[in-house]
Amino acid sequence: MLSVSNVYQSCKLSDPVCSRQIAVEIQCATKVFESRTSSVTALDNVSLEIQQNEFFTLLGPSGCGKTTLLRLIAGFEHPSDGQIRLYGEDITFWPPYQRPVNTVFQNYALFPHMTVRQNISFGLEMLKRSKAEISKTVAEVLNLVRMEELAERRVSDISGGQQQRVALARALAPQPKVLLLDESLSALDYKLRQDMQIELKRLQHETGITFVFVTHDQEEALTMSDRMAVMNVGKILQVGTPGEIYNFPKQRFVAEFIGDSNFLEGYVVARSSSRAKVELSPTYCADLPADDAVQPGTRVSVAVRPEQATLTSATTAAALQGRVSNMVYFGTHTHYVIKLENGDLFTVHQQNLSGHEIEYEPGHAVGVTLNQSTMQILKD
Amino acid sequence: MSPDHKDTLVKSSTRHTRAFKASRKRQLQNNLLLCVPALLVLALAAVGPLLIVLVYTFLEAGPYGGVVWQWSFEGWFEVFLKRDIFDGTVSIADAHLSIFWRSFKLSIQSTLLALVLGFPTAYFIATRPAATRNLWLFLITIPFWTNLLIRTFAIMQLIRDQGILNTLLIGFGVIDTPIEMLYTEFSIMLGMTYVYLPLMVLPLYASIEKLDFRLVEAAYDLYAGRLKVLFRIIVPLVKPGIVAGCILVFIPSLGAYVTPRVLGGGKNLMLGNLIELQFGQGRNWPLGAALSITLLCVVMISLLFYVRSTQRKEADRG
Repeated sequence: MLSVSNVYQSCKLSDPVCSRQIAVEIQCATKVFESRTSSVTALDNVSLEIQQNEFFTLLGPSGCGKTTLLRLIAGFEHPSDGQIRLYGEDITFWPPYQRPVNTVFQNYALFPHMTVRQNISFGLEMLKRSKAEISKTVAEVLNLVRMEELAERRVSDISGGQQQRVALARALAPQPKVLLLDESLSALDYKLRQDMQIELKRLQHETGITFVFVTHDQEEALTMSDRMAVMNVGKILQVGTPGEIYNFPKQRFVAEFIGDSNFLEGYVVARSSSRAKVELSPTYCADLPADDAVQPGTRVSVAVRPEQATLTSATTAAALQGRVSNMVYFGTHTHYVIKLENGDLFTVHQQNLSGHEIEYEPGHAVGVTLNQSTMQILKD
Repeated sequence: MSPDHKDTLVKSSTRHTRAFKASRKRQLQNNLLLCVPALLVLALAAVGPLLIVLVYTFLEAGPYGGVVWQWSFEGWFEVFLKRDIFDGTVSIADAHLSIFWRSFKLSIQSTLLALVLGFPTAYFIATRPAATRNLWLFLITIPFWTNLLIRTFAIMQLIRDQGILNTLLIGFGVIDTPIEMLYTEFSIMLGMTYVYLPLMVLPLYASIEKLDFRLVEAAYDLYAGRLKVLFRIIVPLVKPGIVAGCILVFIPSLGAYVTPRVLGGGKNLMLGNLIELQFGQGRNWPLGAALSITLLCVVMISLLFYVRSTQRKEADRG
């Protein structure tokens, strides 16, 4: 029997993604760093649920509070207000050494006076596991990160990529319930980073541990996450799968931060229960999904991804009219910058499919056709 | 390439080598020239006096102090052995040995106490905001501005029978009769710890300040409690500072003169006092010189052992 108060619960049970257990729950967490002269709000009333076995990414520019949020989960900082729960248990003020949570630090923070093996077994020793169990687990973890040959090396004698693996192994060895990764790949060069991205996904799959990954690299976030949260100035702006975030950004910041976007200004001319008609040019009206905040007669911005627009020869049927002002050929696709009739610039990424290779030279008059189903009304 | 061409190349390369060698030689000469002031100071202030002391150990004592230029091993003999005045039987100089032992024991105790007191102090300073650290360091160095003798007398005021400590303890009813602290080995140990504590704090501060506190966080994250973090992470990483601090406290403690003289009340002699005695009332300069060289050797041997043992541990780990 479902009462009104149970609606939330029932929705979760009916949804296959939501039916998993919640690993980390952050309720209205606020963190203010106070000094004698100033106070900085690093996190502003943030709530978030991270599910079991999920690869969850916190994405945002530097200073957005993502690392602070991670440190709250790890226990290095305590929130000024709000709660943190781990599998339902309130851990808000537990010290880090009591939380079944391990961290892979940005600079790895490997103990320089120990070998690779000593580093990895440190956590297990502190948990007072038996010698036999420690050596067995360390061997397993070394195998997992493919570092068996280097076990007796000092950590100062191995390369950056290898140090990264050791840091991962050290954090995985105590089999934490949640693994936190703080910009852990940003110190690696491009090729190594891509290898580690694949490696991380594999490890997450094999261990079944919940990963919470902090990054400022949108590409990394999109390729690796099951779900992600976009943050800015201490707030979570949007939570969703990479596809949802990329295709349906709800706020201008999200659309700008992730991928490229064109922003069109328009007037709301009419609205029905869940949709609104937005006039984007004198000849074109888009019918878009809208929430209650969108009222007729107001000005809104609409985001259009460059790959969701197509160029046609200048006809009145197209949504927007303009002239090609710049063109860059990339092989698989071509980037066009169109100067619209109202003077705004509009970017189009056109796929170079065989048989469709119509070149639009700079100066040509062109029409831009928009894919209405992927356009979004944004909140500022 | 023509043979002609090759020839010129070879010639030019030898010319280059020659020019290079000449410039190297000039540089070496310059370097030696620049070393001269330092070498002069070293020769006049360290090597010279030490040689004089060494030579004195092999001379005969003058009747009113000083030395007679007559070769003799009497000075070295008396360091470890004594000859009975009446029947001339030789026995071990137990008075000297007990003074050696006391010096060694009190120096080690002072060093350990200074470490126990200095470590939290240095840690406290190193973890303050950068702006206030200098103030704390400044406070640590203030005692250096005061004469050693005056600082030692200050300690005396603190621990004598009618001193602040005893008065307070009696006032609060903790004890009935004053605890006798002055003129004991304890007072010497306390005095040396007080006097040399800054020498422990400063090197400790220097290495704790360089400590990467993210490693401490990492250890907390890996289930290490506070004590484990201290002994498994912080202590191994600041070991150079601990070693430097211990050496800086141990060596002057071993040869301390003023502190044992004032706080030991003349009955608890340490090596420094024994040596002074030989050059003063004892009128036995060769023995004093031999005792000085012995002290020097004890210090060098203990340092050698220390360095060896730490090096071996490093090698074991590597």
